[in-house]
Amino acid sequence: MSALQNWAAMGGYAGFVWPAYAVAFVVLGGMAAYSWRRYRASARELDRLQRK
Amino acid sequence: MLTRLANPARFMRLSGAVLPYLGFATVIVLAIGLYLALFIAPPDYQQGESVRIMFVHVPAAWMALLVYLIVAVASAVALVWRHPLAEIAAQAAAPIGAAFTLVCLVTGSLWGRPMWGTWWAWDARMTSVLVLFFLYLSYIALVNAFDDTGRGSRAGSVLALVGVVNLPIIKFSVDWWNTLHQSESVFRMGGPTIDMSMLVPLLVMAVGYLLLFKTLLLIRMRTALNERKARALRLAAPQRQADAALPDATPVLR
Repeated sequence: MSALQNWAAMGGYAGFVWPAYAVAFVVLGGMAAYSWRRYRASARELDRLQRK
Repeated sequence: MLTRLANPARFMRLSGAVLPYLGFATVIVLAIGLYLALFIAPPDYQQGESVRIMFVHVPAAWMALLVYLIVAVASAVALVWRHPLAEIAAQAAAPIGAAFTLVCLVTGSLWGRPMWGTWWAWDARMTSVLVLFFLYLSYIALVNAFDDTGRGSRAGSVLALVGVVNLPIIKFSVDWWNTLHQSESVFRMGGPTIDMSMLVPLLVMAVGYLLLFKTLLLIRMRTALNERKARALRLAAPQRQADAALPDATPVLR
């Protein structure tokens, strides 16, 4: 087994370690992406209203 | 300092200037934290590599508590001093806190399965954190349940303050009851019992989470202020059109 495969196997705990990191990434990343998109949309809308 | 920041216009100016740096710092610190957590920190002598779950789980738990405390303090300020930025801060922070709590619960479950042999147990620590998650959701639902936003905000603020009793219960649950969850090993009397080789990556991840929270809080507060201003402009727009259509009639009414 290569060093990379060995690392990815997480000593047999790959099925728990990687989902844990994936959940943290998806939930926090999703919150960040949602907040950012809503922020951009609010700025655009305000800009449109102020130019009218 | 606080009163100077508390002016919405000044808040928009300052937060806009700080935001890019805060976002940049968040990405850098989280990247370093993940590198330390996944490559540098040693496997535990009992738990092996599964201990790496700690680096995403424990800081999420700290943030879940800290953000709730911030929501509660901001709610108290909103109730007592009626400051508009305080309730905006509380409402912007709550969904971020709920996200951290969800991460804490799910990663804890994924760590509990291989180490304790169960995904979940109704022990005092886990149950009180689940209650915290529901408190966040109830707060968010209650704030949005009223047509009158002022009433929704006040009801939410009261709920947030009542929920504060849950914080010491979570913190001391591992001392007061016999829990499956281990007791505190970082913030304890007599100093941490965790080795430096694991403590450093843990603290770097915690700083990364804290920076992420601050970045998202500013973004969400700015969004709320933008939306509030847009709403005011939309309400004023028909009036302006009416004024333009009947220029001679309006001064009598004012």
